[in-house]
Amino acid sequence: MRAYKPPPCRRALKSHRKNLKARAIHKESETMSQSGNIDIDYVAKLARIALTPEEKETFSGQLKQILGYFEKLSQIDVSGVEPSAHANAVYNVWREDVSAEPMSVEKALLNAPAKRDNQIVVPKVVDDA
Amino acid sequence: MEYEAVIGLEVHVQLRTKSKMFTDAPYYFGAEPNTLTDPVVWALPGVLPVLNFEAIRKSIKAGMLLNCDIPEVAKWDRKNYFYPDSPKNYQLSQYDQPLCLNGGVEIELAGADRASMGAHRTVKLTRIHLEEDVGKLTHFANDSLVDFNRAGTPLIEIVSEPDLFSADEAFAYLCSLRDSLVFADISDCDMEKGQMRCDANISVRPKGEHKLGVKVEIKNMNSMSSVKAGIEYEIRRQTDAILKGQKIVQETRRWDAELGITQSMRGKENAHDYRYFPDPDLMPVMISQELKASIRKELPALPFDLQRKYMQDYGLPYSCTSVLCHERELAEYFEECVKHTKNAHAAANYIVNDILRELGALSASGERRAAVSQSGISAKNLAGLVNEIDAGVISKQMAKDVFAEMFKSGRSAAAIIEEKGLRQNSDSGEIESFCLEALKGNQKAIDEFKAGNVKAINALVGPVMKLSKGKANPAMVLETLKKLIK
Amino acid sequence: MTEDIFFKSIRELAALLGSKEISAQELAKAYIARTSKLDPKLGAFLFADEALALEGAKRSDARRARNESLGVLDGIPLGLKDVLALENQPLTCASKILENYKSPYTATSVKNLEDAGAVFWGRLNLDEFAMGSSCENSAYKPARNPWDLERIPGGSSGGSAAAVAAGLCAAALGSDTGGSIRQPASHCGIVGLKPTYGLVSRYGLAAFASSLDQVGPFGRCVEDAAILLGAISSYDRKDSTSLKVQKTDYLAALSEGGLKGKKVGVPKEYFPTGIDKEVRAAVEKSIETCAKLGAEIVEISLPHTELAIPVYYIIATAEASSNLARYDGIRYTHRSAEASDITDLYYKSRAEGFGPEVKRRIILGSYVLSSGYYDAYYLRAQKVRTLIRRDFENAFAAGVDVIATPTSPTCAFKLGEKVSDPLSMYLSDIFTINVNLAGLPALSLPCGLSGGGLPIGLHLIGKPLDEKNLLSAAYAFEKSGNLACAKPAFANIEKF
Repeated sequence: MRAYKPPPCRRALKSHRKNLKARAIHKESETMSQSGNIDIDYVAKLARIALTPEEKETFSGQLKQILGYFEKLSQIDVSGVEPSAHANAVYNVWREDVSAEPMSVEKALLNAPAKRDNQIVVPKVVDDA
Repeated sequence: MEYEAVIGLEVHVQLRTKSKMFTDAPYYFGAEPNTLTDPVVWALPGVLPVLNFEAIRKSIKAGMLLNCDIPEVAKWDRKNYFYPDSPKNYQLSQYDQPLCLNGGVEIELAGADRASMGAHRTVKLTRIHLEEDVGKLTHFANDSLVDFNRAGTPLIEIVSEPDLFSADEAFAYLCSLRDSLVFADISDCDMEKGQMRCDANISVRPKGEHKLGVKVEIKNMNSMSSVKAGIEYEIRRQTDAILKGQKIVQETRRWDAELGITQSMRGKENAHDYRYFPDPDLMPVMISQELKASIRKELPALPFDLQRKYMQDYGLPYSCTSVLCHERELAEYFEECVKHTKNAHAAANYIVNDILRELGALSASGERRAAVSQSGISAKNLAGLVNEIDAGVISKQMAKDVFAEMFKSGRSAAAIIEEKGLRQNSDSGEIESFCLEALKGNQKAIDEFKAGNVKAINALVGPVMKLSKGKANPAMVLETLKKLIK
Repeated sequence: MTEDIFFKSIRELAALLGSKEISAQELAKAYIARTSKLDPKLGAFLFADEALALEGAKRSDARRARNESLGVLDGIPLGLKDVLALENQPLTCASKILENYKSPYTATSVKNLEDAGAVFWGRLNLDEFAMGSSCENSAYKPARNPWDLERIPGGSSGGSAAAVAAGLCAAALGSDTGGSIRQPASHCGIVGLKPTYGLVSRYGLAAFASSLDQVGPFGRCVEDAAILLGAISSYDRKDSTSLKVQKTDYLAALSEGGLKGKKVGVPKEYFPTGIDKEVRAAVEKSIETCAKLGAEIVEISLPHTELAIPVYYIIATAEASSNLARYDGIRYTHRSAEASDITDLYYKSRAEGFGPEVKRRIILGSYVLSSGYYDAYYLRAQKVRTLIRRDFENAFAAGVDVIATPTSPTCAFKLGEKVSDPLSMYLSDIFTINVNLAGLPALSLPCGLSGGGLPIGLHLIGKPLDEKNLLSAAYAFEKSGNLACAKPAFANIEKF
């Protein structure tokens, strides 16, 4: 069995770390919401889920409580710690450019809610959805 | 107050690969709807993406071609937004660690006339990243149809700095980019097939001002001329608005080619919150020195560099090199030619005129022109023909027939000349006797020539050629005639 | 055929099939009959495709007749959690949004079982999209614990655990993102294993949280879990997170190693005051048993343990909010009939199709990724995740072979008890979650019954890719007791 190499806690590539810092798009100054209030309308829009007024109220309360619990995280010192984007630190997983048999149109549209001319039908799309 | 425009272009280019970016479903243009998909393309429950190495390779190649920095590590992120043509409702793209950074595209502006080279400038690039394409929507009266054939094909997005200043420059940028990428076999860049798409970010500011004005994004410019027209229109629109004292709204606008205007896209006022985060299903890539070296070896010279080389090393005129360097196969054909002849000018002329003409005739109208590799005349043979002419073995006139025969049969000039006995006759004695013969029955022409009509002598050349069965050396014939008339 | 047959191990069943005492078709029919009798009360099955099972059994019998048996799994009826794709079978994820969906392809882990000759019996119930710890979040019906039908079987793979415990299938596959195999195994008194992240392909597993999900086996004894693990684990080029490791014969390795001379780490943070007294007692007694079997017990510390819950719920919901975006009413899901335009179509289809827990998690996940909050929540959580992993690395580096903890702070609670308190539900995952964050292998096996007759689970955590030693330690422990292949009490069954 190949020896398992545990993921490095610090990346070995110094230059890579430097580049990450240089190009960090998300600003480090963002903090947790003080009151734990979610703008539920905004987030429901991001998630494309229509919430009833009752749901908005229930969820807001529950999520506020959950976010309050998350405050624990803000107290810990994470300076110099690399984030674990993946469970295992592996690089270069790719495949050669060889094509395979595509899925038949019948299979592709097997579960289609609405179809015409072998395409999916949707209400008319104008610009943004 | 004078105003200037500042333009940044985002160009999406479809990479030429056999399979898609994250799965091995095939892709080619013009297939029946939804016949080029698989569970991954369709984003069915349970599917996972896998990187296409060739797409990564071609992206790095494009970056190297355009003088980009290639970082040690690159990764893929999810760009989350909902749209019917996007199966996962997130696009796998690259956010903060793309494959290529910086770089530049050399552009050439129009010269004073067609024969003169215009000014050159390098437009700065911000980055190039590798992502996947979405499906295609077709709109009808009451609904829309979605075809996912194109979904998941590899795209590179080439982002320029706001470093273009006119619609003409934008047009030149697209031309140069297209030529370079086609040269390097990265894409076919056919805008009609959606293989190259361009969005523009345009703002206007007082001339001399450093700060950028409010920028407007323009989409839906579906051809090179649309890009030029759309940008021109938008610059005018913004300038007019500012002069009227109006404020420019930061928004996305759609170019309408029929109406010739840009229109605000309702619903796009709010910037998308894409919630970028590293894709957990794809592993990052570490780009080794070996990989970079192997890609660098494959890099062709850029068209402009080649053009400069031909103009300098061979003294070829600008307009000729423009044609030669437009197509890699043509340039390679030329370079092979000049290995076998010293007369680069003649070789180049034959290529850009006669060879191209014959290749054009090989394919039906409307179809793509035949490839240089289908030329009936190999580069070596063309060089041979040039040499035969230069050696005086055949006349330029005769060469036309020889050329046609060469193209048809694929044989060398020497072989055809030999077989058909086409060597031109440069025997001064024989030519003189032919001339004397021709002069006999043509006193009128002689008189006219003596009277000062220089062109009259041409009437005598015909008979000489006839007498010599077309083989008399035309230059010598003229010389001899002139001498005899005197 | 007596009821005993439903509580035999896979090897015992294989022996019966091999000696032709029973045919695969007879075995399948027996499970089918038992299921139709008991499952209306248990709710473990979402779909019971008899034709599929009998077809598979028939093929198995034909193979055996030709002396071409594919091995110990040939002809054994196995259940699949309804998140694992099997061609032409439903794949609802216990959600209304996939109510009529049929998968056109098969998951790699499932294909491996198919290749081993297994017979597929049952699409098993779960918390919708694997989000939950009680199986009460299924959009169709809750599943019940065979030990006491008034209680939950655990979640999210509650149906799989209940089906195996009640003898409705020989063994089953589930998925584990934060304990969804181990916790139901604990509540139902069976063995449940989550492999090292990357050992078993995720291709074909409807994704919940990509960096945490793993497919794993349920069995009535350690041996069964080992057999299944051996079959399903393989390198898969369709899954970029799949690890290239040599195949291990876990079954053969069970009696090697064991607990003798092994260092068993007991983390002090896993025995807080809040856990049930009887759970604590049973687990402490189990640790003593390990010592009697030759293990050295070592107290260790995993200092970042209590941060697991916020870290997990931030990362898992963030990934889920993105993974579930594809269920949109467009290509293959439920589509709202009420939609007036394309925007409406998304909002309404998803509102109608998703249950409250799923909605809650998608909202939370979208929030923690949204502009202005990414750094404070998601990025921070990923950094603390690194710290949690380091805790384990340090423990193993100091010589610990296996870590022992309770699986759940309590025994199975009653249906409805925690439904309106999601935070309390989340907190019950405390012992299992860290393992997913660190990508480690872990299993739960029965270690006792409470005074009220409810199973208690012992949770063993192994080193990365060290399933061989993890299973053999569990095997040694199991052999010392008498809890394997137990028949559940079916308390309160008359009420349903």
